[in-house]
Amino acid sequence: MSLRRTPVAPDALDATDRAILNRMQDGLPLCPHPFADLAQDLNLDEEALISRIKALREIGAITRFGPFYDAEAMGGAFCLCAMEVAAERFEDVVTLVNAHPEVAHNYERTHRLNMWFVLACERPDQIEQVAVRIEQETGLPVLRFPKEHEFFIGFRVHA
Amino acid sequence: MTTNAAIDRRIIAATTGGLPLTPAPFAEVAGWLGLTEAVVIDRMAAMQAAGVIRRVAIAPNHYALGLVANGMSVWDVDDARAVDLGEQVGALDFVSHCYLRPRAKGWSYNLFAMVHGHSRDEVEGLRARIAVLLGPTCRASDILYSTRILKKTGLRLTEGGQ
Repeated sequence: MSLRRTPVAPDALDATDRAILNRMQDGLPLCPHPFADLAQDLNLDEEALISRIKALREIGAITRFGPFYDAEAMGGAFCLCAMEVAAERFEDVVTLVNAHPEVAHNYERTHRLNMWFVLACERPDQIEQVAVRIEQETGLPVLRFPKEHEFFIGFRVHA
Repeated sequence: MTTNAAIDRRIIAATTGGLPLTPAPFAEVAGWLGLTEAVVIDRMAAMQAAGVIRRVAIAPNHYALGLVANGMSVWDVDDARAVDLGEQVGALDFVSHCYLRPRAKGWSYNLFAMVHGHSRDEVEGLRARIAVLLGPTCRASDILYSTRILKKTGLRLTEGGQ
């Protein structure tokens, strides 16, 4: 399912939907009936709450419900990388870079360093191997920006 | 005997795509795996305590909810203050990712903060708020807007970025 990248119509969500979207970003309890407390707060029964969550997923307001896993805590290795690619070579370099399955996502950005991608590997030493291979294949430097410190995030979307 | 690590791996594999939307989702996962509901809840609670699970929640689609503009703001801040300042920037409710990264040749920025807003004008205003927060400890800054997604695969384990 592709990600919806346009806003839903303003009247697509009612106040209860917005409350669900706001409350459910903060996490549900790990208990046999995790929706029960929220349903009670919203004067819904569990089934009605769940139907609304399904509907929000149908219209693309929610992409997912479930545990958010910390990929590094699970043992994966990740590195943000950047390249400066001349306009006339850009499409060729995109093809070379994207051919690596370790390239998890890749964005064109407004900067001299105009290609930014994330390498996702099972082990840290593989990051270096893939980065070197991309340098050899493209003849261009791959700048490595591994995270040195990750900060706690307070980001919430206010629905 | 099955170790906790082996059980955890099975629970992770079964739930990286999400939990079923039913009144008792952990019981359903337990049914898939031949475990009891209590074991699934206990192991997920243990993983949450260990930081492997950040939370069990919905992932809102910020584009669908109107946050269609985003920029990767980057800042050259004094290393001695970088952790303290990064904590303050990460706590802002319009910043979805915030990291310290190494500088590189031709790249003096060490603090990265992804900023989301309803328009590029709003994102610029939010960027200005970060600049005020950082004050004179910030020597230079820039913001990079994405103009095209070149690849996006199902890296489903991390929090949704953009």
